[in-house]
Amino acid sequence: MSVAVPLVEHFAHGLDAPICLTWELTYACNLACRHCLSSSGRRDPAELSTAEAKAVIDELERMQVFYVNIGGGEPTIRPDFWELVDYATAHHVGVKFSTNGVRITPEVAARLAASARGPGGVPRGGYVDVQISLDGATAEVNDAVRGEGSYAMAVRAMENLAAAGVVGFKLSVVCTRHNIGQLDAFQAIADRYGAQLRLTRLRPSGRGADVWGELHPTAAQQRQLYDWLLTHGERVLTGDSFFHLAGYGESLPGLNLCGAGRVVCLIDPVGDVYACPFAIHDAFRAGNVRDAGGFAGVWRGSALFRSLRGPQAAGACAACSAYDSCRGGCMAAKFFTGLPLDGPDPECVKGFGELGLSNVEPGSAPRPSLDHSRAGGSVVPVVLQRRRPDRACDENPLALVLR
Amino acid sequence: MSVLDQRWELAPQVSVRPEAFGALIYHFGTRRLSFLKDRRLLAVVQGLGDAPTARQACARAGIGPSELRTYERALARLAETDMLRERVG
Repeated sequence: MSVAVPLVEHFAHGLDAPICLTWELTYACNLACRHCLSSSGRRDPAELSTAEAKAVIDELERMQVFYVNIGGGEPTIRPDFWELVDYATAHHVGVKFSTNGVRITPEVAARLAASARGPGGVPRGGYVDVQISLDGATAEVNDAVRGEGSYAMAVRAMENLAAAGVVGFKLSVVCTRHNIGQLDAFQAIADRYGAQLRLTRLRPSGRGADVWGELHPTAAQQRQLYDWLLTHGERVLTGDSFFHLAGYGESLPGLNLCGAGRVVCLIDPVGDVYACPFAIHDAFRAGNVRDAGGFAGVWRGSALFRSLRGPQAAGACAACSAYDSCRGGCMAAKFFTGLPLDGPDPECVKGFGELGLSNVEPGSAPRPSLDHSRAGGSVVPVVLQRRRPDRACDENPLALVLR
Repeated sequence: MSVLDQRWELAPQVSVRPEAFGALIYHFGTRRLSFLKDRRLLAVVQGLGDAPTARQACARAGIGPSELRTYERALARLAETDMLRERVG
């Protein structure tokens, strides 16, 4: 639907509860994607227990949060994953979860099909939607980023879903320099399996900070993506990911604002609440669901969230004709590339971001505060770990589940 | 027949969450989220189930004749998107 300007202003000032939120259930992951925005790999020993996670769901129900986007890590390898999913849907909190497909067996696919087509339609809150991550339309492009065998794993999951009759599951793609040319091919894959394509923006968050320079789309590719979305946007979901492209002229479908701390937020596996899924850093940490006031206390009372809901300075963007449509772009993208928050997005369509980046001293951008990458994975020097993982977690997380 | 002369109620799969500006309305079946852009539309929607017609629900919410067209359009849109369903009996 089209949204009038005054309504957007209301959103900018924050809602009583998030419209939806991202909830990463575990830092454990069977993959080690180079651009993982939560630097996942190993489980954190301080992750929320089943009882604590259910208490969060109780709160979300009271706050009437309609659905949660569950991710990780790889959420399905948490042993209580289905227990939590069932608990959420029984409490009127819809579930959309992202997975690399590792656990989407024919049995799980059948279960998902049953959930989507319950007798008399879906009860209020009782749905479970699945989203398969794939970052290349070919194994070559995908596996270079997500790891050897990950393309085949995702395809097998989609085959299982389609065979079980799950219609309209999501095929979720992070847009990179190497796959912008594959947009039509992604659409064809989605069509083949009866899925809906979802495209999102690559953020320089987590391990993504280390590969962003090499993987983010070029300026010409951004334009190509924008044109493609204008033509195909009605069928394709973007999670409001590309509002910085509104600076080209025409807004893409969606709210076209930064919802961080205003209409969305992130709960991470240890219960920390961050302004958005792309901002896992102490600077954007609003509190913890274990705090006395719980999640609601953090959402309503956090000083950080209050400041995000206040007037924002346009800074260097004030004089730009596009500011009203792009609003300066993505806070997290600026932060992790070392740009000032009150200036242009690093991928500013007017080119001001590139200009800004050329003035950032190499190595001066803030580093992610947490890193759960597995030893021997591609990646990142450990910067600062607030909680020391115990040795038991330092193994492939799948083993924990198979026991 | 105008939607105003019919009897409506919220569809069973729909949740309404009041907010300062009006309300969020979410359909768990279609996964569609919409916005009720003012508090009076919220009052109309909340009153539909108890009113003999939508027109009366509007009157009870203090909607004047000059504004009725706007609310008629809003209700028609909610009906089209399955947020509302016709009430029988």
